[in-house]
Amino acid sequence: MANELSKPFEKSALSEEDLYKMNKEKKVQITSFAFMIFLTFLAFIAVATEMVAPAFAVPFILVLAGMQFFLQMFYFMHLKDKGHEWANTFIIAGVVLSTPALIALTFLLGMTKY
Amino acid sequence: MADHVDMTKGLPSNPEKATLEGRNKFLGFWIFLSGETIMFATFFGAFLGLREGTAGGPTAEELFQLPLVFIMTMLLLTSSLTSVLAMYAMKRNNFKAMMIWMSTTVLLGLAFLGLEIYEFVEYVHHGLGYTTSAFGSSFYTLVGLHGAHVVFGLAWISTLLIRYAKSGITLTNAPKFYVASLYWHFIDVVWVFIFTVVYLMGIGGA
Repeated sequence: MANELSKPFEKSALSEEDLYKMNKEKKVQITSFAFMIFLTFLAFIAVATEMVAPAFAVPFILVLAGMQFFLQMFYFMHLKDKGHEWANTFIIAGVVLSTPALIALTFLLGMTKY
Repeated sequence: MADHVDMTKGLPSNPEKATLEGRNKFLGFWIFLSGETIMFATFFGAFLGLREGTAGGPTAEELFQLPLVFIMTMLLLTSSLTSVLAMYAMKRNNFKAMMIWMSTTVLLGLAFLGLEIYEFVEYVHHGLGYTTSAFGSSFYTLVGLHGAHVVFGLAWISTLLIRYAKSGITLTNAPKFYVASLYWHFIDVVWVFIFTVVYLMGIGGA
């Protein structure tokens, strides 16, 4: 059994339709990569050139980071695909649990001490 | 279990999920990532709370240089794309292409790591030691933790590349490569928040 599993394959079982879908998906991912680069540029430009008012820059770049998080998770890490229900559950639970922890730590350390 | 896999037609279209072991690795890895999310959040929280505490030492605005951070970000983002491309090659049973894309990922990761080490050395020269200030400690801990993840990821992928240098894509190693690429994406996700919260917010005031 274990031997069977460690044998390479001569060909791929992908059908024409599978290949078509895969190439389409690949295009979507390359587009999302281009979008991520664009978002990164935007964030750096917003801070470097001070085009955006400083008070607005922080929420602005945080939103950009949130968008990149979404793109990475759902497109690069396939969270949007079928069969990722539990993966979604875990990562959403992680984000939900860590948000109050992060806010609490920031306030606790930042406001009590300084 | 594995006996349900039809191996006569060639490599299944999702080789990483073709066996029960592969599916278990996949699920277990997402549980791990969930835990990692929480761990990184606590480090981010500590940094956000302590970043104003420079204790007379160098401040973020004096130290950070946007061009360097920008290059590091581009390197890591691109390495994320190359590992996506490696996974496409894997599904197509194109072993050689997968190895090339994975090796590219490792090289880009190494370049990133080199720049990060250079950056830390530079900051120490400018007087920001680990114990200089609360800002220094929390900065080195957060960014260093991410750097340690990069080191681990590089060691992991390199080990896979060496271990399976000649084996071709099998149902044993496909889940391993897949999970390693998930890990690499996660490192990139964390870096997105580091460059935003640590560097850009450090320079952009507020």
